[in-house]
Amino acid sequence: MLGLNKRDTTFLMIVIALTAFTPFLMQPFAEGSAMAQFNGGYPDLMQRVAIFGIFAIGFNILFGLTGYLSFGHAAFLGVGSYSAVWMFKLLSMNIIPGIILAVIMSGIFALLIGYISLRRSGIYFSILTLAFAQMSYNLAYSVLTPLTNGETGLQIRLDDLRVLDGDGASKYTNLFGFNMSSSYKLELGNHLFTFNVGFYVCAVIAIIAFYISLRIFRSPFGMMLRAVKSNQQRMSYTGLNPRPYTLAAFVISGMYAGLAGGLLASMDPLAGAERMQWTVGGEVVIMTILGGAGTLLGPVLGAGVIKYLENIFSKINETVLHGWFSFLPDGAEDFVVGVLSVFTGKGWHLTLGLLFMLVVTFLPGGLVEGGKRIAGLFKRKPKSDGDDAEHHPKHNPHVAE
Amino acid sequence: MDQILLQILNGLDKGSAYALIALGLTLIFGTLGVVNFAHGALFMIGAFCAVTLQKILNISSVVLDPTKTDFLGNPAKIKTPYVETWFGPEMGASIIDWSVPLAIIFSIPVMIAVGFIMERGLIKHFYKRPHADQILVTFGLAIVLQEVVKQFYGANPIPTPAPEAFKGSYDFGVLLGYKANAIIYPYWRIIYFGFSLAIISAVFAFLRFTTFGMVVRAGMADRETVGLLGINIDKRFTIMFGVAAAVAGVAGVMYAPINSPNYHMGMDFLVLSFVVVVVGGMGSLPGAVLAGFLLGILESFASMNEIKQYLPGIDQIIIYLTAIVILLVRPRGLMGKRGVMEE
Amino acid sequence: MGILEVKNINKRFGGLQALDDVNLSIEENTVHAIIGPNGAGKSTLLNVLVGKLIPDTGSVMFDGQSVLGRKPHEINQMGISRVFQTPEIFGDLTVLENVMIPCFARRDGAFRMHAFETVEQEGDIIAEAEHILTDVNMLEKRDMHAAALSRGDKRRLEMAMCLVQQPKLLLLDEPTAGMARADTNNTIELLKHIRDSRDITMVIIEHDMHVVFSLAERITVLAQGTPLVEDTPDKIKGHPKVKEAYLGETAQE
Repeated sequence: MLGLNKRDTTFLMIVIALTAFTPFLMQPFAEGSAMAQFNGGYPDLMQRVAIFGIFAIGFNILFGLTGYLSFGHAAFLGVGSYSAVWMFKLLSMNIIPGIILAVIMSGIFALLIGYISLRRSGIYFSILTLAFAQMSYNLAYSVLTPLTNGETGLQIRLDDLRVLDGDGASKYTNLFGFNMSSSYKLELGNHLFTFNVGFYVCAVIAIIAFYISLRIFRSPFGMMLRAVKSNQQRMSYTGLNPRPYTLAAFVISGMYAGLAGGLLASMDPLAGAERMQWTVGGEVVIMTILGGAGTLLGPVLGAGVIKYLENIFSKINETVLHGWFSFLPDGAEDFVVGVLSVFTGKGWHLTLGLLFMLVVTFLPGGLVEGGKRIAGLFKRKPKSDGDDAEHHPKHNPHVAE
Repeated sequence: MDQILLQILNGLDKGSAYALIALGLTLIFGTLGVVNFAHGALFMIGAFCAVTLQKILNISSVVLDPTKTDFLGNPAKIKTPYVETWFGPEMGASIIDWSVPLAIIFSIPVMIAVGFIMERGLIKHFYKRPHADQILVTFGLAIVLQEVVKQFYGANPIPTPAPEAFKGSYDFGVLLGYKANAIIYPYWRIIYFGFSLAIISAVFAFLRFTTFGMVVRAGMADRETVGLLGINIDKRFTIMFGVAAAVAGVAGVMYAPINSPNYHMGMDFLVLSFVVVVVGGMGSLPGAVLAGFLLGILESFASMNEIKQYLPGIDQIIIYLTAIVILLVRPRGLMGKRGVMEE
Repeated sequence: MGILEVKNINKRFGGLQALDDVNLSIEENTVHAIIGPNGAGKSTLLNVLVGKLIPDTGSVMFDGQSVLGRKPHEINQMGISRVFQTPEIFGDLTVLENVMIPCFARRDGAFRMHAFETVEQEGDIIAEAEHILTDVNMLEKRDMHAAALSRGDKRRLEMAMCLVQQPKLLLLDEPTAGMARADTNNTIELLKHIRDSRDITMVIIEHDMHVVFSLAERITVLAQGTPLVEDTPDKIKGHPKVKEAYLGETAQE
């Protein structure tokens, strides 16, 4: 069905189901309960999970599949955001033109940057992408200010042109009249579930993006990309020119990033230069590796976990910690809180960095590999050699050299 | 002409910082074959050594003086640094004033220790792993280090002034026959430049004229052979890492008065330093140093008003543009060895 | 006029003259071995032949076309295939996938954006790949990860991948390097099979004399960057100059 075999179709169905039920899955705790702060089921967070999932899926095609480590994809995220906001200003608050332009512009950008950067491989490639990212950031911040509005960021105003919008059109980002920000709340017993239009728009697009990546993984093109990662030299000695393949992968991943940027702006119509900083590119690297580079589900998993944890950890400040550990004698309580508060609240990035280091060092296959190992413990079946690369991402060089 | 000289001078302090960091990066890459994304963090830690020493020296005893009041109407607090109590007010104040240069002495063992711990604890395990993994784990380390600093020192830049004696500027112009005040340059920056030259010379001399240095250079050229010769290259590499860390750290210490240390200065300098290394030629020590100074001066020229008029914002991107051009036209950099990592 | 004509090749590395006025003519459909002591320049010569290294002077003509300065994939498309000293295969892919890649290359050329078909549906390619694997006796290992193969099997896989493209010239860089006796013999048998079952020219660089004398129809002896002698195996066997090159000047029986 849809060009997928039976196994993949089931996989896709599961993914669709999980996505549709996200508002339930991320809100497991009853309102007002002690665990309620661990709920994640509100629009902002759910949207970000979907959006960064898209970003990571695209990045994974370049990094996990083809083996090229780019720190510069934040630039495409930024380009996508700026393009979308310009559409909101010029054409309509309907998000369709914005998203279309975001994908097109970031594709062009990626073609340019990719063409130049891919002339080198390995570290040189990574540093080139780094240089481009920083350059784009600086350009957006201080040079191309008519386009980007520099530090303040590009915002929409009531008196913007919006050629396509009639007088009765929504003043908020919408999809043919359905505002991104509107939600339907459902109360079931003690639980409150939020069904947000914006999230479902992102989710549908994410599913389509996931489907496309699934097709790519299973295609001869995907196999060629894996060949590039595995042994680029052998590939060229087999009569294949790696350059167009890597460029195609680069552009595709750039367009995914642009799509994510456009969606970010669609949910929150503001585009700022900070989205283009290379550290944002670093974040998507972390997500992909944490989840499992080179696998289908890994990047989405990584995006979800990180955005969720980021949310939770940031909310745990000293007061909350004191509340938890109040049962301890005072001295011990202060000590424990003191130690833990380094890692929580504003210390989230510290925890993230440590987690990342641990994953790179001990579990390079990310959460997917971890999950397989745990499942293996229970099943006690001998590991079969015939599984496809999705389920056994062997530790191999991440960069084609 | 005086403008040109001024810009050259202006580019020297940043160029010195780039050169020193790039030098350390190249040492680590050339000897250990490791790409160290945490090197900028070492620079930052050095700068914060200066901050720490300044804070320590300023630890004061607090005495309440009932005769004076502060603006809230409470008895004024008279803070007397312990240093002044121990050494007398003049000596004590002088010590505090010189906290930055003193921090050099303080920071060297600290940085060497940090370098040792990093190498033995982490980097060592990544020698055989592909470059991408090294980049990733050191990137993670850089984030961790910067966040730790942020936890303890806050997110705001902390001014760390240079000693009073060096606060003014020197009128170079007069020396060269120009009008007074045509070319003036802050004392401290001159010192920084001279200081970095001294360190660079010391490192080169060390590598050239000592047996240890010779072994390291041999290891840079062909690590496997050196190992086969029965020389324990590992220990020497650890020491080399410590040295590289110390160089970066000391560069940071001395830079503190120029640019108030803040927690993300490491990352800021890191990207540029990698660019410098690539332009100079990965694996080439003289290339790294040369490229550092050149790019610093280039950046300075690009920020001249005359140039900014025609090419607005060029100063922000000139270094990256240069790197991109060089990577395409001459991928081995200005002085890199032919065939090293070429496509 | 041989299928591979090498004329006046010179290559200098700093102070070392690695290749010194090398002239070579490889006849079509023969097995031509290049031997010589360590440092003679054999690998350098091979790198020139595959276009990886650009000589200071001279020309390399394959089937009338110049090889120099071309990209590796272009050279391959001209009909030259290469086997490396350490078998170069796609370690992360299965054995079958490894062979499918050259099948795709032959059918689709240097690049094709086939992102919306699935590999499973490519029945022809799969059949072709299975056929080649049967030919080299590796069909039962089709689903193994290539990195898990033994060295001898990797060599066979690499060979299979080369053969898929039906090359006119097969360049082998020390194909039995590091192999034990059993594996070496297997490789010799495989190479003999390849030689006999198709029209193909083979150039082998080897150290192992047993391999050379089992397969070669002509031998060129390289020493210090220049061809010393070129002749049939029988004539090379007792040649005094060859002994001298390998053993030094005062080698006496």
